[in-house]
Amino acid sequence: MCTYVTMRTPVEGSAKGPAGGWFHVTDATVYYDHPVHAMAEHTLNIDVADPARGPAARVALELTASSARALAAAINEALAGASAA
Amino acid sequence: MLEFLPMSDAMTTRTVRIAGDHGDDIEAYVAQPEGGGPRAGVVVIHHMPGWDRATKEITRRFAELGYDAICPNLFWREAPGAAPDDAAATVRAQGGVPDERLVGDVAGAAAWLRSLPTSNGRVGVIGYCSGGRQSVLAACSLDLDAAVDCYGAFVTGDPPPGIPFKGNLVDKLPGLRPPLLGLFGAEDQAPSPKHVAELDAILTAHGKAHEFHSYDGAGHGFFAVDRPAYRVAAANDGWVRITDFFATHLGG
Repeated sequence: MCTYVTMRTPVEGSAKGPAGGWFHVTDATVYYDHPVHAMAEHTLNIDVADPARGPAARVALELTASSARALAAAINEALAGASAA
Repeated sequence: MLEFLPMSDAMTTRTVRIAGDHGDDIEAYVAQPEGGGPRAGVVVIHHMPGWDRATKEITRRFAELGYDAICPNLFWREAPGAAPDDAAATVRAQGGVPDERLVGDVAGAAAWLRSLPTSNGRVGVIGYCSGGRQSVLAACSLDLDAAVDCYGAFVTGDPPPGIPFKGNLVDKLPGLRPPLLGLFGAEDQAPSPKHVAELDAILTAHGKAHEFHSYDGAGHGFFAVDRPAYRVAAANDGWVRITDFFATHLGG
């Protein structure tokens, strides 16, 4: 199924892909839907992007649901362990 | 079983610009058999992952079957020239393709096909996944001669909050114009067998010609040869159904 549902949030930071250098990112989208590349029917997909630089200014992740939950837990744990703002 | 076999499977492919919704200039991929016709046309609606290689392969298959085939790039406006996956991500982040615009783009593609010197005046539409829903939407809105819905979600059933379009297509179904072929996976959740049964009942109640096939052991996306959802038996039978359906309603 196509879920269609897409979560969007502004972000502040930088990203880097294998084919290019670092770039400033301003937006993230998160959705659970068909992946382009991962070998799963559905994945948790994250796009971190700078739309002002065009569609290719994007770092993409396609993670299985379990690995996405593990990543989310790891992020929260890392933030909790530091005095993050 | 009917077979619609062209004299040759030689074809020409190219990228063109067509007038889409409101006359917008949009890109489209075209595959045309060799020879002068007359023959019908097929509009291929790409899935949400975009105007990608797999969809262009499908477009070429229709040329192999003897049709002038066109696949408009529904994401051209937001992401001209972008890689299909980047374009899909961009459009998704901006809320998706509006239904009204989709109808206008399919109308433009159908008009382009009918303007060809090879055209016999008939045009069919087919879509996969999100394009399946959009194929039904187009068939409820435009003068088309045959429509195929490959596992389009939310034609019936209640979509969840937060989706980029307004509800299902139930209120539009009384306006369905051409015969509809529906191909579904029995293991799919959207459209589920219940959704398919509801669509079947609505179309029957309104006297709309339709033919549905649901495949055991197949879920969503069973035609997608580059994805884990691919189910060869369902896809092979589905292609036979599509070939026969278009030959019946578009051929001649």
